[in-house]
Amino acid sequence: MSAPEVPRVERVSGTGIPVRGNDIDTDQIIPARYLKAVTFEGLGQFAFFDQRFDGDTPLEHPFNDERFEGASVLAVNANFGCGSSREHAPQSLLRWGIDAIVGESFAEIFAGNCLGLGIPAVTVDRDQAVALQEWIDDHPDGEITVDVAAETVSYGDREVEATVDDAQRRALVEGEWDTTALMRANQNAVEDVARSLPYVDLA
Amino acid sequence: MSEGTLYDKVWDAHRVTELPTGQDQLFVGLHLIHEVTSPQAFGMLEERGFDVAYPERTHATVDHIVPTADQSRPFRDEQAERMMRELEENVREAGIEFSHPGTGDQGIVHVIGPEQGLTQPGMTIVCGDSHTSTHGAFGALAFGIGTSQIRDVLATGCVAMEKKRVRKIDVTGELGEGVTAKDVVLTIIRELGTDGGVGHVYEYAGEAIEAMGMEGRMSICNMSIEGGARAGYVNPDETTYDWLRETDAFREEPERFEERQPYWESVRSEPDASYDDVVEIDGSAIEPTVTWGTTPGQGIGITEPVPDPAAMDDGEREVAERAQTHMRVTPGETMQGYEIDVAFLGSCTNARLPDLRAAAEIARGREVHPDVRAMVVPGSQRVKAAAEREGLDEVFEQAGFEWRGAGCSMCLGMNEDQLVGDEACASSSNRNFVGRQGSKQGRTVLMSPEMVAAAAVTGAVTDVRELGVPAR
Repeated sequence: MSAPEVPRVERVSGTGIPVRGNDIDTDQIIPARYLKAVTFEGLGQFAFFDQRFDGDTPLEHPFNDERFEGASVLAVNANFGCGSSREHAPQSLLRWGIDAIVGESFAEIFAGNCLGLGIPAVTVDRDQAVALQEWIDDHPDGEITVDVAAETVSYGDREVEATVDDAQRRALVEGEWDTTALMRANQNAVEDVARSLPYVDLA
Repeated sequence: MSEGTLYDKVWDAHRVTELPTGQDQLFVGLHLIHEVTSPQAFGMLEERGFDVAYPERTHATVDHIVPTADQSRPFRDEQAERMMRELEENVREAGIEFSHPGTGDQGIVHVIGPEQGLTQPGMTIVCGDSHTSTHGAFGALAFGIGTSQIRDVLATGCVAMEKKRVRKIDVTGELGEGVTAKDVVLTIIRELGTDGGVGHVYEYAGEAIEAMGMEGRMSICNMSIEGGARAGYVNPDETTYDWLRETDAFREEPERFEERQPYWESVRSEPDASYDDVVEIDGSAIEPTVTWGTTPGQGIGITEPVPDPAAMDDGEREVAERAQTHMRVTPGETMQGYEIDVAFLGSCTNARLPDLRAAAEIARGREVHPDVRAMVVPGSQRVKAAAEREGLDEVFEQAGFEWRGAGCSMCLGMNEDQLVGDEACASSSNRNFVGRQGSKQGRTVLMSPEMVAAAAVTGAVTDVRELGVPAR
């Protein structure tokens, strides 16, 4: 079977949803008990679950707020996605409906997981992140565009400079984020490297 | 740009090519897998009709969901049983070696790799687990990956990565009495921040690191990720080689050891290597350290007061206020006397033999406080067996600790070992995130194994030095 066609993600547009706070870890994004499954299916409903519910009682949380229903651009603060490497975290956000994340900074493994899923995770400075969150609060139906190629985030009458990691920009814009296919094409070179390593005994 | 460091050398030796994304394609020397993050990757592989490219460079174990009380099959927890079966089927089909509970070699993935000699200097090591950084203690380049990357590694034997900057962390001086590797790494994270290491790999060096055994170095490299660094390493030296000689990989084959050693020596950072930056930490100034908050960066020396959020920057202040409300701690007070309900001695950070020995020294002849439930969860079946040969199980059980089977257990609350309600836990694990130990009202205080034992017997966070200083 050939590799699936890889879509390009030059820009993402949609309404926003703010989740505030530094150091939001992946245990908060998806509690460990929802990792007890052999697929990622159905994870969307459990995004931020413990912040959203106390038993059966819904708590105040943007992901419970009907104003933000249908949002696709998540606005966060610093070191978002720190902690556990669980890809279940971005998978749950994606399955909830998030197609792009704008924040002050991202933990590395989380950002890498987003790249693997084709979710742009772009950074802006602290004041810009806060301003975007405030704007979303005031304009829950307002459209935000995350332009990966141009490295900008636009909303209302504002256009803000954003930083997109080099590899992420090239991968998303050129539609080459299917690293399995890219790397499989180099199998001979891989064998050469393996052979050159003193600890690899190739059959 | 760094030059001449272990990181540069190991990277270059494993670099296959530059990908159109600008990332480098790196060959993976060892791929460790476990039951939680691998099944979806095997599923993706099957969907695309790919086989596992290097089953012989892949090794599996089960740790996250495995029960630590009754491990008989089927597991009581149906979901856990299902995940176990899926892993069994995947490794059987692919021909991957599996350290399952029946082998006596099962354990936390970051404990079994080093103890079996799978982990070696100069290797690239990946695993779908953020604490893969642990293996850097051997001078390997080891990092956690997500499930889509696991798919890449299974299908190609390679991972796509961008090269990072290298920060050398020089821990100078001699550690004080009762001060362990855990206290050092909590101090590093406190000083450099939970995101201080983003974009960096940490090279741990200096007198205090060189004086440490492999287990201590593993505890430090383990928590690199808590400081934002995806990988951390220590240059291999005689301490490393002494460990390796005794592992399955080389015990029977000393000539293989001799063959590999020149490569291990060759990857050490050059004396004149250049680093992107260098940070010095005075090891002699570190106290036994505990966390007061809900991130691993919120740590203090045991005699120091909990900091006042009013004196912090905006972002930090908000995080600190939230943490202090959750933990119910007051600025200006020390953590000494903070009452606990649970004592957890376990995890990939601190559940190796010297950790259990040090804690047992504190527990010996004492009793667990009547209001505390205390458990010891050895890092692997081998650690458990070795501890039992020394009679440590009896020491713990006589003191009133539960003596469990090997697994991740209460570090992340995926099996039955969880906090209940707002219980406070003295924990030798690595994350004090809200909800991490299975209850979202639960309160976790991170500390060294001997400090956990001290808290277990006194019922509150205690300066272990008041009870005696265990030999390390």
